Amino acid sequence: MIRFEDVVFVHQNGVRALDGVSLDIPDGETVAIVGENGAGKTTLVKHVTGLLKPREGRVLVDGVDTTSVSTARLSRKVGVAFQNPDHQLFSESVREEVAFALRNFQFPEDMIEKRVKLELGQFGLAEYERSSPLVLSGGEKKRLTLACILAWDPGIVILDEPTVGQDAIQKEKLSETIRMLRSQGKTVIVVSHDIEFLWPLQPRTIVMKSGKVVGDGPAKECMLDSEVLRSARVAQPQLVSFYRHLSERPADPFVDPLDAKRWLSGGRAG
Amino acid sequence: MANVLEIEKLNFTYVDTWKKVVSDFDLAVPEEEVVVLAGPSGCGKSTLLRAVNGLIPHMYGGQYSGSVTVAGKSVKDTPMRDLAQTVGFLFQNPENQIFMFSVERDIAFGLENLGVPRPEMRKRVDEAISLLGIEHLAQRAPHELSDGQKQRVALAGVLAMRPRLVILDEPTSLLDPRTAAELVELVGRLRKETGATFVIVEHRLDLVTRVADRMVVMDRGAKVLDGTPSQVLFGDEAELYGIAVPAATRLQKLLAKDGAVGTDRLMGPEELAAETGRGKK
Repeated sequence: MIRFEDVVFVHQNGVRALDGVSLDIPDGETVAIVGENGAGKTTLVKHVTGLLKPREGRVLVDGVDTTSVSTARLSRKVGVAFQNPDHQLFSESVREEVAFALRNFQFPEDMIEKRVKLELGQFGLAEYERSSPLVLSGGEKKRLTLACILAWDPGIVILDEPTVGQDAIQKEKLSETIRMLRSQGKTVIVVSHDIEFLWPLQPRTIVMKSGKVVGDGPAKECMLDSEVLRSARVAQPQLVSFYRHLSERPADPFVDPLDAKRWLSGGRAG
Repeated sequence: MANVLEIEKLNFTYVDTWKKVVSDFDLAVPEEEVVVLAGPSGCGKSTLLRAVNGLIPHMYGGQYSGSVTVAGKSVKDTPMRDLAQTVGFLFQNPENQIFMFSVERDIAFGLENLGVPRPEMRKRVDEAISLLGIEHLAQRAPHELSDGQKQRVALAGVLAMRPRLVILDEPTSLLDPRTAAELVELVGRLRKETGATFVIVEHRLDLVTRVADRMVVMDRGAKVLDGTPSQVLFGDEAELYGIAVPAATRLQKLLAKDGAVGTDRLMGPEELAAETGRGKK
Protein backbone atom coordinates (compact mmCIF):
# COMPACT_ATOMS: atom_id res chain seq x y z
CA MET A 1 0.00 0.00 0.00
CA ILE A 2 1.23 3.46 -0.89
CA ARG A 3 -0.19 6.38 1.04
CA PHE A 4 0.28 10.11 0.45
CA GLU A 5 -0.94 12.29 3.33
CA ASP A 6 -1.33 15.93 2.30
CA VAL A 7 2.10 16.00 0.67
CA VAL A 8 3.73 19.29 -0.29
CA PHE A 9 6.99 19.49 -2.20
CA VAL A 10 8.63 22.75 -3.24
CA HIS A 11 11.44 22.89 -5.82
CA GLN A 12 14.48 25.09 -5.23
CA ASN A 13 13.04 27.64 -7.66
CA GLY A 14 9.96 28.01 -5.42
CA VAL A 15 7.55 26.05 -7.62
CA ARG A 16 5.13 23.95 -5.55
CA ALA A 17 5.50 20.73 -7.55
CA LEU A 18 3.19 18.88 -5.17
CA ASP A 19 0.58 21.02 -3.53
CA GLY A 20 -1.33 18.99 -0.95
CA VAL A 21 -1.57 15.53 -2.50
CA SER A 22 -3.45 12.80 -0.63
CA LEU A 23 -3.78 9.35 -2.19
CA ASP A 24 -4.08 5.67 -1.32
CA ILE A 25 -2.83 3.10 -3.79
CA PRO A 26 -3.67 -0.42 -2.56
CA ASP A 27 -1.43 -3.37 -3.46
CA GLY A 28 -1.99 -4.84 -6.91
CA GLU A 29 -3.58 -1.77 -8.44
CA THR A 30 -2.63 -0.52 -11.92
CA VAL A 31 -2.52 3.27 -11.88
CA ALA A 32 -1.99 5.78 -14.68
CA ILE A 33 -0.83 9.29 -13.87
CA VAL A 34 -1.61 11.85 -16.55
CA GLY A 35 -1.31 15.60 -16.90
CA GLU A 36 0.62 18.20 -18.88
CA ASN A 37 4.39 18.65 -18.64
CA GLY A 38 5.24 20.23 -15.31
CA ALA A 39 2.04 19.06 -13.59
CA GLY A 40 4.04 17.17 -10.94
CA LYS A 41 3.76 13.58 -12.22
CA THR A 42 7.46 12.69 -12.02
CA THR A 43 7.82 14.50 -8.70
CA LEU A 44 4.98 12.37 -7.36
CA VAL A 45 6.59 9.06 -8.33
CA LYS A 46 9.98 10.19 -7.01
CA HIS A 47 8.28 10.44 -3.63
CA VAL A 48 7.28 6.78 -3.83
CA THR A 49 10.89 5.78 -4.48
CA GLY A 50 12.10 8.04 -1.66
CA LEU A 51 14.36 9.99 -4.03
CA LEU A 52 12.43 13.06 -2.92
CA LYS A 53 11.08 13.58 0.58
CA PRO A 54 8.04 15.73 1.30
CA ARG A 55 8.44 19.19 2.77
CA GLU A 56 5.07 18.79 4.44
CA GLY A 57 2.91 15.70 4.95
CA ARG A 58 4.01 12.07 4.78
CA VAL A 59 4.54 9.33 2.23
CA LEU A 60 4.13 5.77 3.51
CA VAL A 61 5.17 2.69 1.55
CA ASP A 62 3.85 -0.49 3.19
CA GLY A 63 3.31 1.53 6.31
CA VAL A 64 6.88 2.84 6.46
CA ASP A 65 7.51 6.58 6.32
CA THR A 66 9.93 7.25 3.41
CA THR A 67 11.86 9.75 5.53
CA SER A 68 12.76 6.98 7.99
CA VAL A 69 14.39 4.55 5.51
CA SER A 70 17.19 4.89 2.98
CA THR A 71 16.34 5.11 -0.73
CA ALA A 72 18.48 1.99 -1.19
CA ARG A 73 16.29 -0.01 1.18
CA LEU A 74 13.10 1.27 -0.39
CA SER A 75 14.34 0.30 -3.83
CA ARG A 76 14.06 -3.37 -2.87
CA LYS A 77 10.31 -2.78 -2.86
CA VAL A 78 10.01 -0.12 -5.54
CA GLY A 79 11.51 -0.42 -9.02
CA VAL A 80 11.41 2.60 -11.29
CA ALA A 81 12.23 3.03 -14.98
CA PHE A 82 12.82 6.74 -15.53
CA GLN A 83 11.86 8.65 -18.63
CA ASN A 84 15.47 9.04 -19.76
CA PRO A 85 17.24 5.65 -19.63
CA ASP A 86 20.64 7.36 -19.86
CA HIS A 87 20.11 8.50 -16.28
CA GLN A 88 20.20 4.97 -14.97
CA LEU A 89 22.47 2.94 -17.27
CA PHE A 90 26.16 2.91 -16.41
CA SER A 91 27.60 -0.63 -16.53
CA GLU A 92 30.08 -1.96 -19.07
CA SER A 93 27.79 -4.58 -20.49
CA VAL A 94 24.08 -5.24 -20.77
CA ARG A 95 24.34 -8.34 -18.58
CA GLU A 96 26.30 -6.46 -15.89
CA GLU A 97 23.64 -3.78 -15.96
CA VAL A 98 20.95 -6.30 -15.07
CA ALA A 99 23.19 -8.08 -12.54
CA PHE A 100 24.19 -4.85 -10.77
CA ALA A 101 21.19 -4.43 -8.48
CA LEU A 102 20.97 -8.18 -7.87
CA ARG A 103 24.55 -8.15 -6.53
CA ASN A 104 23.71 -5.17 -4.35
CA PHE A 105 20.76 -7.05 -2.95
CA GLN A 106 23.12 -10.00 -2.35
CA PHE A 107 21.38 -12.55 -4.51
CA PRO A 108 23.53 -15.72 -4.89
CA GLU A 109 25.57 -15.84 -8.14
CA ASP A 110 23.71 -18.80 -9.69
CA MET A 111 20.43 -17.01 -9.07
CA ILE A 112 21.80 -13.84 -10.66
CA GLU A 113 22.84 -15.86 -13.71
CA LYS A 114 19.30 -17.23 -14.10
CA ARG A 115 17.50 -13.93 -13.58
CA VAL A 116 19.74 -12.11 -16.06
CA LYS A 117 19.08 -14.73 -18.75
CA LEU A 118 15.37 -14.73 -18.09
CA GLU A 119 14.94 -10.94 -18.23
CA LEU A 120 17.17 -10.39 -21.27
CA GLY A 121 15.20 -13.08 -23.11
CA GLN A 122 11.89 -11.59 -22.04
CA PHE A 123 12.80 -8.15 -23.40
CA GLY A 124 14.45 -9.31 -26.63
CA LEU A 125 17.92 -8.24 -25.52
CA ALA A 126 19.71 -11.61 -25.33
CA GLU A 127 21.83 -10.87 -28.40
CA TYR A 128 23.26 -7.76 -26.72
CA GLU A 129 24.30 -9.57 -23.52
CA ARG A 130 27.96 -8.61 -23.90
CA SER A 131 27.46 -5.25 -25.64
CA SER A 132 27.77 -1.92 -23.90
CA PRO A 133 24.38 -0.41 -22.99
CA LEU A 134 25.56 2.71 -24.83
CA VAL A 135 25.27 1.06 -28.26
CA LEU A 136 21.58 0.28 -27.79
CA SER A 137 18.86 2.34 -29.49
CA GLY A 138 16.63 4.56 -27.37
CA GLY A 139 13.84 1.97 -27.39
CA GLU A 140 16.23 -0.85 -26.45
CA LYS A 141 17.67 1.17 -23.56
CA LYS A 142 14.15 1.66 -22.23
CA ARG A 143 13.54 -2.07 -22.36
CA LEU A 144 16.86 -2.69 -20.61
CA THR A 145 15.91 -0.43 -17.68
CA LEU A 146 12.69 -2.41 -17.37
CA ALA A 147 14.60 -5.72 -17.47
CA CYS A 148 16.91 -4.43 -14.70
CA ILE A 149 14.01 -3.62 -12.42
CA LEU A 150 11.95 -6.73 -12.98
CA ALA A 151 15.05 -8.85 -12.33
CA TRP A 152 14.82 -8.20 -8.60
CA ASP A 153 11.05 -8.64 -8.53
CA PRO A 154 9.93 -5.53 -6.65
CA GLY A 155 6.31 -5.36 -5.51
CA ILE A 156 5.84 -1.86 -6.93
CA VAL A 157 6.88 -1.07 -10.50
CA ILE A 158 6.92 2.52 -11.75
CA LEU A 159 7.22 3.34 -15.44
CA ASP A 160 7.81 6.98 -16.38
CA GLU A 161 6.85 7.63 -20.03
CA PRO A 162 7.59 4.05 -21.10
CA THR A 163 6.26 4.43 -24.67
CA VAL A 164 8.49 7.29 -25.82
CA GLY A 165 10.56 6.11 -28.79
CA GLN A 166 8.74 2.74 -28.96
CA ASP A 167 6.99 1.65 -32.14
CA ALA A 168 3.59 -0.03 -32.26
CA ILE A 169 4.96 -3.57 -31.95
CA GLN A 170 7.09 -2.70 -28.91
CA LYS A 171 4.18 -0.83 -27.34
CA GLU A 172 2.05 -3.94 -27.70
CA LYS A 173 4.74 -5.96 -25.92
CA LEU A 174 4.98 -3.35 -23.20
CA SER A 175 1.23 -3.53 -22.77
CA GLU A 176 1.50 -7.32 -22.38
CA THR A 177 4.25 -6.86 -19.79
CA ILE A 178 2.02 -4.53 -17.77
CA ARG A 179 -0.85 -7.05 -17.93
CA MET A 180 1.56 -9.77 -16.77
CA LEU A 181 2.75 -7.65 -13.81
CA ARG A 182 -0.85 -6.97 -12.95
CA SER A 183 -1.67 -10.68 -12.95
CA GLN A 184 1.34 -11.28 -10.68
CA GLY A 185 -0.35 -8.97 -8.19
CA LYS A 186 2.19 -6.16 -8.48
CA THR A 187 1.34 -2.51 -8.10
CA VAL A 188 2.07 -0.80 -11.43
CA ILE A 189 2.24 2.97 -11.77
CA VAL A 190 2.53 4.34 -15.30
CA VAL A 191 3.23 8.01 -15.94
CA SER A 192 2.36 8.74 -19.57
CA HIS A 193 1.12 11.24 -22.12
CA ASP A 194 0.16 8.36 -24.34
CA ILE A 195 -3.54 8.21 -23.61
CA GLU A 196 -4.20 5.79 -26.47
CA PHE A 197 -1.69 3.37 -24.95
CA LEU A 198 -3.24 3.64 -21.49
CA TRP A 199 -6.89 3.37 -22.52
CA PRO A 200 -7.04 -0.38 -23.36
CA LEU A 201 -5.37 -1.15 -20.00
CA GLN A 202 -8.26 0.56 -18.19
CA PRO A 203 -6.15 1.66 -15.22
CA ARG A 204 -7.27 3.72 -12.28
CA THR A 205 -6.45 7.17 -13.64
CA ILE A 206 -5.06 10.07 -11.64
CA VAL A 207 -5.17 13.45 -13.38
CA MET A 208 -2.68 16.05 -12.13
CA LYS A 209 -2.52 19.78 -12.66
CA SER A 210 -0.16 22.29 -11.06
CA GLY A 211 0.88 19.88 -8.30
CA LYS A 212 -2.68 18.89 -7.39
CA VAL A 213 -4.78 15.82 -8.07
CA VAL A 214 -7.78 17.11 -10.05
CA GLY A 215 -9.25 13.78 -11.13
CA ASP A 216 -9.03 10.25 -9.73
CA GLY A 217 -11.09 7.21 -10.65
CA PRO A 218 -11.52 4.33 -13.07
CA ALA A 219 -10.36 5.22 -16.62
CA LYS A 220 -13.98 4.97 -17.84
CA GLU A 221 -15.09 7.71 -15.48
CA CYS A 222 -12.01 9.91 -15.57
CA MET A 223 -11.69 9.96 -19.33
CA LEU A 224 -15.33 10.98 -19.74
CA ASP A 225 -14.86 14.11 -17.67
CA SER A 226 -14.13 16.50 -20.51
CA GLU A 227 -14.04 19.51 -18.19
CA VAL A 228 -11.26 18.09 -16.04
CA LEU A 229 -9.34 16.80 -19.05
CA ARG A 230 -9.48 20.17 -20.78
CA SER A 231 -8.35 22.09 -17.72
CA ALA A 232 -5.46 19.63 -17.16
CA ARG A 233 -4.59 19.66 -20.90
CA VAL A 234 -5.05 15.92 -21.21
CA ALA A 235 -6.34 14.50 -24.48
CA GLN A 236 -9.44 12.32 -24.51
CA PRO A 237 -9.02 8.81 -25.98
CA GLN A 238 -10.43 8.73 -29.51
CA LEU A 239 -12.96 6.02 -28.67
CA VAL A 240 -14.25 8.03 -25.72
CA SER A 241 -14.62 11.09 -27.91
CA PHE A 242 -16.51 8.98 -30.47
CA TYR A 243 -18.78 7.62 -27.72
CA ARG A 244 -19.52 11.11 -26.42
CA HIS A 245 -20.63 12.24 -29.86
CA LEU A 246 -23.26 9.52 -30.27
CA SER A 247 -26.89 10.47 -29.69
CA GLU A 248 -27.68 7.16 -27.97
CA ARG A 249 -25.01 5.17 -26.26
CA PRO A 250 -24.34 2.23 -23.95
CA ALA A 251 -23.59 2.72 -20.25
CA ASP A 252 -19.82 2.56 -20.65
CA PRO A 253 -17.50 3.94 -23.34
CA PHE A 254 -15.93 1.50 -25.81
CA VAL A 255 -12.56 0.03 -24.86
CA ASP A 256 -11.82 -1.41 -28.29
CA PRO A 257 -12.95 -0.42 -31.81
CA LEU A 258 -14.64 -3.83 -32.10
CA ASP A 259 -16.85 -3.07 -29.08
CA ALA A 260 -18.01 0.07 -30.84
CA LYS A 261 -18.69 -1.75 -34.07
CA ARG A 262 -20.64 -4.52 -32.28
CA TRP A 263 -22.76 -2.05 -30.38
CA LEU A 264 -23.53 -0.02 -33.49
CA SER A 265 -24.51 -3.02 -35.60
CA GLY A 266 -26.53 -4.54 -32.74
CA GLY A 267 -28.38 -1.28 -32.40
CA ARG A 268 -29.08 -1.18 -36.12
CA ALA A 269 -30.45 -4.75 -36.17
CA GLY A 270 -32.76 -3.95 -33.28
CA MET B 1 5.74 21.61 -59.53
CA ALA B 2 9.44 21.18 -58.94
CA ASN B 3 10.61 18.57 -56.50
CA VAL B 4 12.31 19.94 -53.40
CA LEU B 5 13.66 16.55 -52.41
CA GLU B 6 14.74 13.82 -54.79
CA ILE B 7 16.21 10.58 -53.55
CA GLU B 8 17.26 8.10 -56.23
CA LYS B 9 18.38 4.53 -55.65
CA LEU B 10 19.98 5.42 -52.34
CA ASN B 11 21.96 2.69 -50.60
CA PHE B 12 23.95 3.19 -47.45
CA THR B 13 25.99 0.88 -45.22
CA TYR B 14 27.73 2.17 -42.06
CA VAL B 15 31.40 1.42 -42.00
CA ASP B 16 31.40 -0.09 -38.50
CA THR B 17 28.52 -2.60 -38.77
CA TRP B 18 28.48 -3.52 -42.49
CA LYS B 19 24.72 -3.77 -42.34
CA LYS B 20 22.85 -2.15 -45.21
CA VAL B 21 20.63 0.42 -43.51
CA VAL B 22 19.09 2.13 -46.54
CA SER B 23 18.32 -0.01 -49.54
CA ASP B 24 17.41 1.15 -53.09
CA PHE B 25 15.36 4.01 -51.69
CA ASP B 26 13.51 6.32 -54.12
CA LEU B 27 11.44 9.32 -53.13
CA ALA B 28 10.43 12.56 -54.83
CA VAL B 29 8.74 15.25 -52.74
CA PRO B 30 7.22 18.28 -54.50
CA GLU B 31 7.17 21.79 -53.06
CA GLU B 32 4.89 22.50 -50.10
CA GLU B 33 4.12 18.89 -49.44
CA VAL B 34 3.94 17.58 -45.85
CA VAL B 35 5.18 14.00 -45.72
CA VAL B 36 5.02 11.68 -42.71
CA LEU B 37 7.79 9.12 -42.61
CA ALA B 38 6.94 6.09 -40.48
CA GLY B 39 8.26 2.62 -39.81
CA PRO B 40 9.34 0.37 -36.96
CA SER B 41 12.32 1.25 -34.77
CA GLY B 42 15.58 0.46 -36.51
CA CYS B 43 14.01 0.57 -39.99
CA GLY B 44 16.52 3.16 -41.21
CA LYS B 45 14.52 6.39 -40.81
CA SER B 46 17.23 8.25 -38.91
CA THR B 47 19.87 7.17 -41.40
CA LEU B 48 17.73 8.32 -44.29
CA LEU B 49 17.26 11.73 -42.66
CA ARG B 50 21.02 12.02 -42.15
CA ALA B 51 21.48 11.39 -45.85
CA VAL B 52 19.09 14.27 -46.54
CA ASN B 53 20.65 16.86 -44.24
CA GLY B 54 24.19 15.88 -45.27
CA LEU B 55 25.47 14.27 -42.07
CA ILE B 56 25.76 11.30 -44.42
CA PRO B 57 28.18 11.23 -46.23
CA HIS B 58 29.93 14.33 -44.82
CA MET B 59 30.19 13.18 -41.20
CA TYR B 60 29.44 9.45 -41.17
CA GLY B 61 31.62 7.09 -43.18
CA GLY B 62 30.23 4.17 -45.11
CA GLN B 63 29.34 2.71 -48.46
CA TYR B 64 27.17 5.17 -50.35
CA SER B 65 25.53 4.86 -53.73
CA GLY B 66 22.69 6.64 -55.49
CA SER B 67 21.86 10.32 -55.07
CA VAL B 68 20.05 12.77 -52.82
CA THR B 69 19.18 16.20 -54.19
CA VAL B 70 17.63 19.01 -52.15
CA ALA B 71 16.36 22.11 -54.00
CA GLY B 72 18.61 21.18 -56.91
CA LYS B 73 21.75 20.72 -54.81
CA SER B 74 23.42 17.35 -54.69
CA VAL B 75 23.82 16.62 -50.96
CA LYS B 76 26.97 14.60 -51.50
CA ASP B 77 28.70 17.41 -53.43
CA THR B 78 27.45 20.38 -51.37
CA PRO B 79 29.36 21.52 -48.27
CA MET B 80 27.44 21.24 -44.95
CA ARG B 81 27.56 25.01 -44.60
CA ASP B 82 25.51 25.51 -47.78
CA LEU B 83 23.17 22.66 -46.94
CA ALA B 84 22.41 24.30 -43.60
CA GLN B 85 20.58 27.04 -45.50
CA THR B 86 18.55 24.58 -47.53
CA VAL B 87 17.62 21.84 -45.08
CA GLY B 88 16.42 22.65 -41.57
CA PHE B 89 16.40 19.95 -38.91
CA LEU B 90 14.40 19.89 -35.70
CA PHE B 91 15.50 17.25 -33.23
CA GLN B 92 13.31 15.21 -30.92
CA ASN B 93 14.72 16.93 -27.87
CA PRO B 94 14.98 20.72 -28.16
CA GLU B 95 17.65 20.67 -25.44
CA ASN B 96 19.99 19.45 -28.16
CA GLN B 97 19.69 22.63 -30.13
CA ILE B 98 19.05 25.51 -27.79
CA PHE B 99 21.90 26.64 -25.59
CA MET B 100 22.24 30.44 -25.65
CA PHE B 101 21.30 32.88 -22.88
CA SER B 102 18.35 34.44 -24.60
CA VAL B 103 15.73 33.16 -26.98
CA GLU B 104 16.66 35.80 -29.58
CA ARG B 105 20.32 34.86 -29.50
CA ASP B 106 19.37 31.26 -29.89
CA ILE B 107 17.27 31.92 -32.94
CA ALA B 108 20.09 34.01 -34.42
CA PHE B 109 22.75 31.38 -33.77
CA GLY B 110 22.68 29.69 -37.19
CA LEU B 111 22.67 33.03 -38.98
CA GLU B 112 25.59 34.30 -36.90
CA ASN B 113 27.58 31.24 -37.87
CA LEU B 114 26.95 31.97 -41.52
CA GLY B 115 28.08 35.58 -41.07
CA VAL B 116 24.76 37.05 -42.18
CA PRO B 117 24.94 40.89 -41.92
CA ARG B 118 23.29 42.37 -38.79
CA PRO B 119 20.29 44.13 -40.38
CA GLU B 120 19.40 41.02 -42.37
CA MET B 121 19.80 38.90 -39.25
CA ARG B 122 17.51 41.19 -37.27
CA LYS B 123 14.89 40.96 -39.99
CA ARG B 124 14.99 37.18 -40.20
CA VAL B 125 14.95 36.67 -36.45
CA ASP B 126 11.92 38.97 -36.11
CA GLU B 127 10.23 37.17 -38.96
CA ALA B 128 10.79 33.75 -37.34
CA ILE B 129 9.57 35.06 -33.97
CA SER B 130 6.39 36.37 -35.50
CA LEU B 131 5.79 33.22 -37.58
CA LEU B 132 5.81 31.17 -34.40
CA GLY B 133 3.98 33.75 -32.30
CA ILE B 134 6.67 33.82 -29.60
CA GLU B 135 7.16 37.60 -29.27
CA HIS B 136 6.53 37.25 -25.53
CA LEU B 137 9.43 34.83 -25.19
CA ALA B 138 12.07 36.75 -27.15
CA GLN B 139 13.88 38.17 -24.13
CA ARG B 140 13.51 35.13 -21.89
CA ALA B 141 16.23 32.62 -21.08
CA PRO B 142 15.65 29.35 -22.94
CA HIS B 143 16.17 27.18 -19.86
CA GLU B 144 13.19 28.85 -18.15
CA LEU B 145 10.78 27.79 -20.87
CA SER B 146 8.37 24.85 -20.90
CA ASP B 147 9.08 21.93 -23.24
CA GLY B 148 6.52 23.10 -25.79
CA GLN B 149 7.98 26.62 -25.75
CA LYS B 150 11.51 25.26 -26.19
CA GLN B 151 10.35 23.25 -29.17
CA ARG B 152 8.92 26.44 -30.71
CA VAL B 153 12.14 28.35 -30.11
CA ALA B 154 14.19 25.57 -31.71
CA LEU B 155 11.83 25.59 -34.69
CA ALA B 156 12.15 29.39 -34.99
CA GLY B 157 15.93 28.93 -35.16
CA VAL B 158 15.46 26.44 -37.97
CA LEU B 159 13.05 28.69 -39.91
CA ALA B 160 15.26 31.77 -39.55
CA MET B 161 17.61 30.04 -41.99
CA ARG B 162 14.73 30.06 -44.50
CA PRO B 163 15.17 26.43 -45.46
CA ARG B 164 13.30 24.98 -48.44
CA LEU B 165 12.98 21.66 -46.67
CA VAL B 166 12.32 21.20 -42.95
CA ILE B 167 12.81 17.82 -41.29
CA LEU B 168 11.15 17.16 -37.94
CA ASP B 169 12.40 14.06 -36.12
CA GLU B 170 9.70 12.90 -33.67
CA PRO B 171 9.01 16.50 -32.67
CA THR B 172 6.16 15.69 -30.28
CA SER B 173 7.50 12.69 -28.40
CA LEU B 174 8.35 14.70 -25.28
CA LEU B 175 5.28 16.94 -25.43
CA ASP B 176 1.96 16.41 -23.74
CA PRO B 177 -0.90 15.69 -26.15
CA ARG B 178 -2.40 19.19 -26.24
CA THR B 179 0.98 20.82 -26.77
CA ALA B 180 1.78 18.20 -29.42
CA ALA B 181 -1.49 18.96 -31.25
CA GLU B 182 -0.64 22.67 -31.23
CA LEU B 183 2.79 21.98 -32.73
CA VAL B 184 1.29 19.85 -35.49
CA GLU B 185 -1.31 22.50 -36.32
CA LEU B 186 1.53 25.01 -36.44
CA VAL B 187 3.27 22.92 -39.10
CA GLY B 188 0.10 23.08 -41.22
CA ARG B 189 0.09 26.86 -40.97
CA LEU B 190 3.84 27.26 -41.54
CA ARG B 191 3.66 25.24 -44.73
CA LYS B 192 1.16 27.78 -46.12
CA GLU B 193 3.02 30.83 -44.86
CA THR B 194 6.59 29.87 -45.72
CA GLY B 195 6.05 27.61 -48.73
CA ALA B 196 8.55 25.17 -47.20
CA THR B 197 8.28 21.41 -47.59
CA PHE B 198 8.08 19.29 -44.44
CA VAL B 199 9.17 15.75 -43.71
CA ILE B 200 8.03 14.56 -40.29
CA VAL B 201 9.02 11.36 -38.52
CA GLU B 202 6.26 10.69 -36.04
CA HIS B 203 4.58 7.84 -34.18
CA ARG B 204 1.52 9.82 -33.12
CA LEU B 205 -0.39 9.39 -36.34
CA ASP B 206 -3.72 10.63 -34.99
CA LEU B 207 -2.15 14.09 -34.80
CA VAL B 208 0.11 14.27 -37.76
CA THR B 209 -2.28 12.85 -40.35
CA ARG B 210 -4.39 15.98 -39.85
CA VAL B 211 -1.82 18.04 -41.74
CA ALA B 212 0.01 15.46 -43.86
CA ASP B 213 -0.59 15.06 -47.61
CA ARG B 214 1.35 11.89 -47.85
CA MET B 215 2.63 8.98 -45.81
CA VAL B 216 5.72 6.94 -46.58
CA VAL B 217 6.45 3.73 -44.66
CA MET B 218 9.94 2.28 -44.42
CA ASP B 219 10.92 -1.22 -43.40
CA ARG B 220 14.42 -2.70 -43.33
CA GLY B 221 15.83 0.24 -45.22
CA ALA B 222 13.37 0.09 -48.11
CA LYS B 223 10.26 2.07 -48.98
CA VAL B 224 7.33 -0.32 -48.60
CA LEU B 225 4.23 1.91 -48.65
CA ASP B 226 3.66 5.34 -50.18
CA GLY B 227 0.32 7.11 -50.55
CA THR B 228 -2.09 9.50 -48.89
CA PRO B 229 -2.48 8.86 -45.14
CA SER B 230 -5.92 7.34 -45.76
CA GLN B 231 -4.63 4.98 -48.47
CA VAL B 232 -1.81 3.80 -46.24
CA LEU B 233 -3.79 3.49 -43.00
CA PHE B 234 -6.88 1.85 -44.52
CA GLY B 235 -4.69 -0.66 -46.36
CA ASP B 236 -4.11 -4.03 -44.76
CA GLU B 237 -0.34 -3.80 -44.71
CA ALA B 238 0.26 -0.85 -42.38
CA GLU B 239 -0.16 -2.88 -39.19
CA LEU B 240 2.19 -5.56 -40.48
CA TYR B 241 4.91 -2.95 -40.65
CA GLY B 242 4.40 -1.94 -37.04
CA ILE B 243 2.44 1.23 -37.78
CA ALA B 244 0.20 2.30 -34.90
CA VAL B 245 -3.11 2.81 -36.65
CA PRO B 246 -5.13 5.25 -34.50
CA ALA B 247 -8.20 3.81 -32.72
CA ALA B 248 -10.65 6.04 -34.62
CA THR B 249 -9.12 4.93 -37.92
CA ARG B 250 -9.40 1.25 -36.93
CA LEU B 251 -13.05 1.85 -36.08
CA GLN B 252 -13.64 3.70 -39.36
CA LYS B 253 -12.16 0.74 -41.21
CA LEU B 254 -14.42 -1.71 -39.37
CA LEU B 255 -17.51 0.38 -40.03
CA ALA B 256 -16.57 0.82 -43.69
CA LYS B 257 -16.74 -2.97 -44.17
CA ASP B 258 -20.52 -2.73 -43.75
CA GLY B 259 -20.67 0.37 -45.86
CA ALA B 260 -21.66 2.49 -42.85
CA VAL B 261 -18.99 5.09 -43.64
CA GLY B 262 -16.63 5.83 -46.52
CA THR B 263 -12.86 5.58 -46.60
CA ASP B 264 -12.07 8.46 -48.95
CA ARG B 265 -10.60 10.42 -46.04
CA LEU B 266 -9.56 9.90 -42.42
CA MET B 267 -12.21 11.01 -39.96
CA GLY B 268 -11.75 12.20 -36.41
CA PRO B 269 -13.97 10.68 -33.69
CA GLU B 270 -16.59 13.42 -33.87
CA GLU B 271 -16.95 13.32 -37.63
CA LEU B 272 -17.04 9.53 -37.53
CA ALA B 273 -19.92 9.59 -35.03
CA ALA B 274 -21.83 11.98 -37.30
CA GLU B 275 -21.17 9.86 -40.41
CA THR B 276 -22.67 6.74 -38.84
CA GLY B 277 -25.98 8.59 -38.74
CA ARG B 278 -26.09 8.03 -34.99
CA GLY B 279 -24.32 11.20 -33.97
CA LYS B 280 -25.64 13.96 -31.77
CA LYS B 281 -27.69 16.47 -33.66
